[in-house]
Amino acid sequence: MDTLLPILAGAIFATGIYLLLRSSLILTVIGIILISNSVNLALFSLGRISTENPPLIAAGSIEPISPFANPLPQALILTAIVIGFGLLAFALALAYRSYRELGTVDQDELLKDAEDTSAGIVPRENLENGGDA
Amino acid sequence: MNGMLVLPIAIPLITATLALLFRKSSYLQRLFGLLGMGALLVSVILIFRDVQADGIQVLQLGNWAAPFGITLVVDMLAMLMIGITAIMGVVIAIYSIYDIDREREQFGYYPLLHILVMGVNGSFLTGDIFNLYVWFEVMLIASFILLALGNSKNQLQGALKYVFINLFSSLVFLFGVAMLYGMTGTLNMADLAVRLPEVENTGLVTTVAMIFMVSFGIKAAVFPLFFWLPASYHTPPVAISAIFGGLLTKVGVYALIRVFTLLFTHDTGYTHTILLWVGGFTMVIGVLGAASHVEFRKILSFHIVSQIGYMIMGLAFNTAMGIMGAIFYVLHNILAKSNLFLISGIAQRLLGTFELKKMGGLYKHYPFLAVMFLISAFALAGFPPLSGFWAKLSLVKAGLSIELYVITGVAILVGLLTLFSMTKIWLSAFWGAVPEEVPDHFGKQPLFGAGGLHILMIPVMIIAGLIILVGLNAQPLLELCMTAAEQLLNPSVYIEAVLGPQ
Repeated sequence: MDTLLPILAGAIFATGIYLLLRSSLILTVIGIILISNSVNLALFSLGRISTENPPLIAAGSIEPISPFANPLPQALILTAIVIGFGLLAFALALAYRSYRELGTVDQDELLKDAEDTSAGIVPRENLENGGDA
Repeated sequence: MNGMLVLPIAIPLITATLALLFRKSSYLQRLFGLLGMGALLVSVILIFRDVQADGIQVLQLGNWAAPFGITLVVDMLAMLMIGITAIMGVVIAIYSIYDIDREREQFGYYPLLHILVMGVNGSFLTGDIFNLYVWFEVMLIASFILLALGNSKNQLQGALKYVFINLFSSLVFLFGVAMLYGMTGTLNMADLAVRLPEVENTGLVTTVAMIFMVSFGIKAAVFPLFFWLPASYHTPPVAISAIFGGLLTKVGVYALIRVFTLLFTHDTGYTHTILLWVGGFTMVIGVLGAASHVEFRKILSFHIVSQIGYMIMGLAFNTAMGIMGAIFYVLHNILAKSNLFLISGIAQRLLGTFELKKMGGLYKHYPFLAVMFLISAFALAGFPPLSGFWAKLSLVKAGLSIELYVITGVAILVGLLTLFSMTKIWLSAFWGAVPEEVPDHFGKQPLFGAGGLHILMIPVMIIAGLIILVGLNAQPLLELCMTAAEQLLNPSVYIEAVLGPQ
């Protein structure tokens, strides 16, 4: 497990990066999901995986029976999963909304208009008249 | 232990809840907005008194002793940052009254604004690296929705870039946290600072430092990771642009300052040299980007990038003077930059556009607005006696004192170029002839009186007043920044405050 998990996390991360670089917005969202999961796996394996007693305190005693497993990485991952889930829901809603408003999920198409309407870099002749408009 | 430290987080949460409960009433939401931000300012002043009197303030949440529970820490840097956040909160709450339309109010503008402030304050206060990640996410989700709220085509396009890049940066951050935990077995920043030097594999520590630099670098919009910022910050309503442009990127800068003074100081020759180059390129590329644009808010967005470079440069100097300059620069820049955004909003209301070539005549018809613009623009460019002068002066002095002449020269040159693009705005929007097509109210609607523009002018005047005040009487603030810098360069004070005497 100690070697398998990091390799798995790395492979998922790489897949996620590949999907992020594709032009479809949906693939980008899936890429983010995969990266998020791979980071959680990395967090899990970096917290050291061990086969010890569960960190539960028996009735009457004040500490778990040692040696017990470290519960903290799981708590961290749980938090990260919840946060990731919320952000993912928003990202999906945003992707859907963009599709409805702009009619495409291709990022080249999606972002093309922005340069025209928000006046990014303007032609040179406009720049020169800019001062005395 | 100081229970008050929880207030800068709790007050915005309570206000957000109240605003959500009375979502239907614009009036109540605005009122809560003002009261909440006012209360936040009061709580920050109270905390400031304690910090001034007794040094670093610490609160162990849930009474769990330091490395095990979550710790809130207010040293002088965090103090200055929550102070400026509270001031910005009040100012934006006033500006929003007139600037934010009813529809956005109905769809949760105010609750989100307060959640955003809560996230920002949480990031400044926390002394736990995983908790910092959580606060970043709180801040991000609020900022995502604020940016997309309204659903205009421009906003969606801006939001897409902003959301995905920031999601990615958070995941990189989380991975860095995972590696830190794997190496040291702790997440408390003070405890990390104790244990990191004991890690034998220093190459791995440097790797983690780079992971953090990338993640916070994206959030702070440094070269070469800044592209999302000018692509999105000009799309939402001006009140949102102003708080994003003023505050949000500075949270990234704060995080960079924190980790590169407290945690990753093992190999400053390597990490801080990279920071120095990053700072230099950020300054130059940002200002060149601004020079090539002719849209009011886009120019300002590129200037955010450029100014971030100065702060990173100050951090990279790694001397008391340099870090003091960086902190002072952050504070000054939040004021000047937000004010320019707020002024651009008023100009847009008068002329109906942000396009410089369709603007003009503001000086003729609204000289007072022009004066406000001049104050903020000159402060940004670093003219004496305004706040930016002292910020630039301390950075230049810091650079010269450790004989980094090239980067110091670049910093001065970039200041001149800043002035160039401010002049561009001034020449067309303010001095230019009145354009042929202007809205009917242009020239007739007064800044003060009927029409409500004075609500927008109040925040502008408050900030301009602060800029002048800081400029004319810089000594007290410079001293506070110096205290902050000395605390940062001497981490044992921070560690002792959190973990108790070693």
